[in-house]
Amino acid sequence: MLLQQFINGLTLGSVYALIALGYTMVYGILELINFAHGEIYMLGAYLGIIILGFLTAIGLTAYSLPLSIFIMLALTVLFCSSYGFTIEKIAYKPLRNAQRLSPLISAIGVSIFLQNYVMLTQGATDKVFPQVFGSAGFELFSTRITYLQAAIITTSGVMMAMLHVFVMKTKTGKAMRSVAQDKLMASLVGIDIDRVISITFILGSGLAAVAGIMVAMYYGLVNYSIGYSAGIKAFTAAVLGGIGSIPGAMLGGIVLGILESFGSSYISSEYKDAYAFIMLILILLVKPEGLLGKRGEEKI
Amino acid sequence: MLRLENIHTYYGPAEALKGISLEINKGEIVSLIGSNGAGKSTCLMTISGILKPSEGRITLRGAGISGLPPHEIVRSGISQAPEGRRIFPRLTVFENLEMGGFLGRGNFGEILERVYGIFPVLKERTSQMAGTLSGGEQQMLAIGRSLMSAPDILLLDEPSLGLAPIMVSKIFRTIHEINAGGVTVLLVEQNAKAALRLSHRGYVIENGAITLQGSSEDLLNNEKVRTAYLGE
Repeated sequence: MLLQQFINGLTLGSVYALIALGYTMVYGILELINFAHGEIYMLGAYLGIIILGFLTAIGLTAYSLPLSIFIMLALTVLFCSSYGFTIEKIAYKPLRNAQRLSPLISAIGVSIFLQNYVMLTQGATDKVFPQVFGSAGFELFSTRITYLQAAIITTSGVMMAMLHVFVMKTKTGKAMRSVAQDKLMASLVGIDIDRVISITFILGSGLAAVAGIMVAMYYGLVNYSIGYSAGIKAFTAAVLGGIGSIPGAMLGGIVLGILESFGSSYISSEYKDAYAFIMLILILLVKPEGLLGKRGEEKI
Repeated sequence: MLRLENIHTYYGPAEALKGISLEINKGEIVSLIGSNGAGKSTCLMTISGILKPSEGRITLRGAGISGLPPHEIVRSGISQAPEGRRIFPRLTVFENLEMGGFLGRGNFGEILERVYGIFPVLKERTSQMAGTLSGGEQQMLAIGRSLMSAPDILLLDEPSLGLAPIMVSKIFRTIHEINAGGVTVLLVEQNAKAALRLSHRGYVIENGAITLQGSSEDLLNNEKVRTAYLGE
């Protein structure tokens, strides 16, 4: 039972972590809470359904399911990254030198726009995500793990490891860290700040897209408003880990997922969504810089 | 080589540069001296493309560069080590240098060896976080990093600020060495005496305008410079 809840929590938490990374990377670079980030996740879920539906219609899923899932993931990431890239150019870049509140309001505007755009084009009712994995699974230490759970945990783990290597080892990753530490100096060494910001949005949106697909597969239902609660939880995870910190977002996501899972089973599942907010309030009261965050930075 | 013609730059609502004209020839060390707030840093930031001049022209080897984004200015061969060092504290010494060479001008390995040759302490501390270096070491890193883009012109803003006297003379010797290696230097300094002794020519900036210019020797002997900037 304990281990079972742990696995359930880890599944959920690794998805929160993927979304939280997008918040924390954008905050690290622009000191902007990108409230539209949850909607990218929601778009990912919808695009997954649409693309998988199309692949089924042309008979590819019947031919090869793994290939179809790969194509779905790749195309969804591509679309969502384009959305992220475009949103930054349209809604945030023109406000780069405006006062702090302006891009924040713009982000909320983008979020409302995207929700309504999906509601109008896809309808207000729940959409069903095809259960391609079924409920098959395996037993480990008398705990049942579905293949889907295993796939979610593995995919998230691999993506986080890849992101970590990218940020720590590649030249572009180091440029991202430089921009986060000192934008003016980064310009003076010849880093194109606009390009780094675009890459940040592309990466964050790609991770959110994968998270969207995985959650849609996990719960089986998708709605135009799912980005809101997932977004706020991932934001909580980012704050919990210390906003701006990449390892912090990973840790925060997983801690939050496990907390939610244990809270639901040992206290009450009625309060499932409340645990995240209780956590957010506690963190802001007790340790506002987060678990791995740096002290003394201004927070919104 | 680098020429500023009638440059006006606003810093917020205030006109920080009111028609600056100056010229730097290949191989020179030119110092720009003046008191706090006279517009020295604004001048360097305008050359580097961080601030856009509202009027006037900046040319490098005859080609206009005003209005280019900062990374294009670096690409064209002008590098700046700004005031306050501004090393990336949570990057290692090596990563800081790597970022200095971000645009890949010149051979990275060769330039790195040259910088390590000038500042051997950086080689010893190569994998240390830059934020843990002492002030003097951070200044060496800042200058070393600005050399990593193999600049033709190096802009140095207050390299001696906040350093112990022994470190100050070391930094000035190093600037001389860098210049001897073929890099043209524009040096902004409050330490006017040391700057003028090191440089070939100098400009005095007051309230955003050039009020005096000439060979460093003439400026060192100028009555006005002596009372206002050399404290004599």
